[in-house]
Amino acid sequence: MENLLYIALFSPLVGSLFAALFAMSPKNIITGIVTSALLLISFIASAILFEHVMTVGAVHVTMMDWIMAGDMLIPFGFLVDQISVTMMVVVTLVSTVVHIYSIGYMDHDKSFNRFFSYLSAFVFSMMVLVMSDNFLGLFIGWEGVGVCSWLLIGFWYHKEDVSRDVNPSISPSWAANEAFIMNRIADLGMLIGIFILYWNTGSLQYDVVFAALPNLSDGILVAAAIALFVGAMGKSAQFPLHTWLTDAMEGPTPVSALIHAATMVTAGVFLIIRANPLYAMEAVEWVSYFIASLGTFVAIFAASMALVCRDLKRIIAFSTLSQLGYMFAAAGLGAYWIALFHLAAHAFFKALLFLGAGNVMHAMNDELDIFKMGGLKKVMRWTYLYMGLASLALSGIGIAGVGLAGYFSKDAIIETAFNEQNYILWIILIVTAGMTAFYSFRQVFLTFHGSKRYADTEIHPHDMYKYVLIAMSPLAILAVIAGFFKGWFEEFVTVLLPAYKMSEETHHIAWILGLVVIAFAVGGIVLAYIKYNKGLKRNEELENSLVYRLLSNQYYIPQLYDKIFSKPYAAFSRFSWLTLDQKIVDATVDGIGNMIKTGGDNTRKIQTGNLSDYLRWMARGVVLLVIVAFISHQLSQGAN
Amino acid sequence: MIGLSHYLVLSAILFSIGLVGVLRRKNLLMLFFATEIMLNAANVAFAAISYHYNDLSGQMFAFFVVAVAASEIAVGLGLLVILYKKYGTLDLDEFTVMRG
Repeated sequence: MENLLYIALFSPLVGSLFAALFAMSPKNIITGIVTSALLLISFIASAILFEHVMTVGAVHVTMMDWIMAGDMLIPFGFLVDQISVTMMVVVTLVSTVVHIYSIGYMDHDKSFNRFFSYLSAFVFSMMVLVMSDNFLGLFIGWEGVGVCSWLLIGFWYHKEDVSRDVNPSISPSWAANEAFIMNRIADLGMLIGIFILYWNTGSLQYDVVFAALPNLSDGILVAAAIALFVGAMGKSAQFPLHTWLTDAMEGPTPVSALIHAATMVTAGVFLIIRANPLYAMEAVEWVSYFIASLGTFVAIFAASMALVCRDLKRIIAFSTLSQLGYMFAAAGLGAYWIALFHLAAHAFFKALLFLGAGNVMHAMNDELDIFKMGGLKKVMRWTYLYMGLASLALSGIGIAGVGLAGYFSKDAIIETAFNEQNYILWIILIVTAGMTAFYSFRQVFLTFHGSKRYADTEIHPHDMYKYVLIAMSPLAILAVIAGFFKGWFEEFVTVLLPAYKMSEETHHIAWILGLVVIAFAVGGIVLAYIKYNKGLKRNEELENSLVYRLLSNQYYIPQLYDKIFSKPYAAFSRFSWLTLDQKIVDATVDGIGNMIKTGGDNTRKIQTGNLSDYLRWMARGVVLLVIVAFISHQLSQGAN
Repeated sequence: MIGLSHYLVLSAILFSIGLVGVLRRKNLLMLFFATEIMLNAANVAFAAISYHYNDLSGQMFAFFVVAVAASEIAVGLGLLVILYKKYGTLDLDEFTVMRG
């Protein structure tokens, strides 16, 4: 089993290094094939490990002793248990599909090889993140995925900056830097959390730390919980660190599917699930409650922005944000296994949705504005089917125990909120479910139904390559059937995670609750159908209303951040540069240099070239030395 | 009675004469003479102090100085001859090629 673990972990790295060999050379299809094959191997190894964990139990290996300094001993170990193996299977499965998809999608890109190197490196970092058996290894993976995300968002780094009105993300490089810097802010919180835990428990191993938790004082527990959650907020783009996720859509679409929907952004949720013994402590109850509230807020907050968004990928990004909010809500309410289940189910249908969006972009010459699309269902049958399925899954369509993936996972979260008798969260989550259905199908109808609004352009849309469409099918199948594994999955992960059971009353009226959610979801779809199926009828009055403008400008939050953080910081940097650096630091350094230079200029007159002068200087020196020697002798005599 | 101090005074006077010669003279040959005077001033002091303390090592040192001075002059005079052939003068003020 140990070998399988290493195969699962290191084959993406091998793929990445292999593709890196060709980084500077023109497109070579072999890089795509080799990296995809290695990921498939990694997926198979993960699947076998999954089976092993299910039948035998967790696998724990220590690869080497890593940091040894004084009393500090941090081994570099990996742990494959119910939580990590779930993540491993999801990550490797989605990555494999995305890799194969990318061979088609990045077909004409001149940096084809480089792309695969980055993408595989990301998968490796993600595997380190989920498989590590200690917080430091998790942090290494955490930073690794951050770097890969930065590399991939800024993949088309040569694009120029444009103003925010033209493109809200300004440019790929700008978006990449924004994502990286925001994550760094959050990572500071995470590091502090790790330090607090190490300082108080003397270890970073999960099992040791969690065993020591009951002995810690309440204050320390709360501080560690908050600090770790700040880290999770950054990676999972929770308010107020959410703006980077939509801007990250500047990256190639497979990247959005893999990193900014299915895997990396869920790392924050994973961290909370991983650290569930900490968040389940009584002392940190209010922190958990805060997590649930923030998650719920983000769910509706992001969904509201998606309602009016015109950008195909940004709509999906907002919906990712919203679904991450759902996961945090579940985790905060103590239903960790439901959060993990939604994480996995969401990974499948959201990746599918993004890849479908990639197909549309490919067909429409990188056009992203859904107002300029329409009527694509005839030319892109398969993509239409996939995106429709994914949207249905995302909306949580299903009834009486039969439905798509989202029906099972999202419903469970909403039910949890009801079960906790937290009716405010419950209502918000239900309303959000309705909004989710509306914006998902607004997108589907505007893209695939109605008239061809692109007819007056030169675009002749066509569907993606066959093999790409086939490669997407596992995700489509899982988006449909993943929900049926709910009971089985619960049994599997609750070996490790706290078993969360609905109370008797909730269980009793669960079918009514389910009906309410379905009613909202179907209502959303019907509304979208009425409004957009026939085609786009723009309403100037509505579009100029305050609320509409507020939503389409993301509540002016990016502009606000620009005003209160970026601009003052830039001004401060200018001040530091022009005043502190140039006038004080540089002036001091230059002054020393100038002093020596003028000193040299003045003293070079001594160098006459005339031997007599030199001899005179020498005689003066000797006399001076004699005098000094005499005086110091006298002084030392006097002192004695 | 001529004592140690007389010798030392003589040595000091000779050394001063040599030093003034080194500083004031412009002819390189004269500089050599002045250097010799300084060396021999030191020799006088060596010999006198050696006698005073009844220790022969001072006198031995004086011999060494004489020997070193002789070889130094041999080399130095050779160089002077070449210098004179090249520039036609031994005036120090003419040799300022190393002026900075």
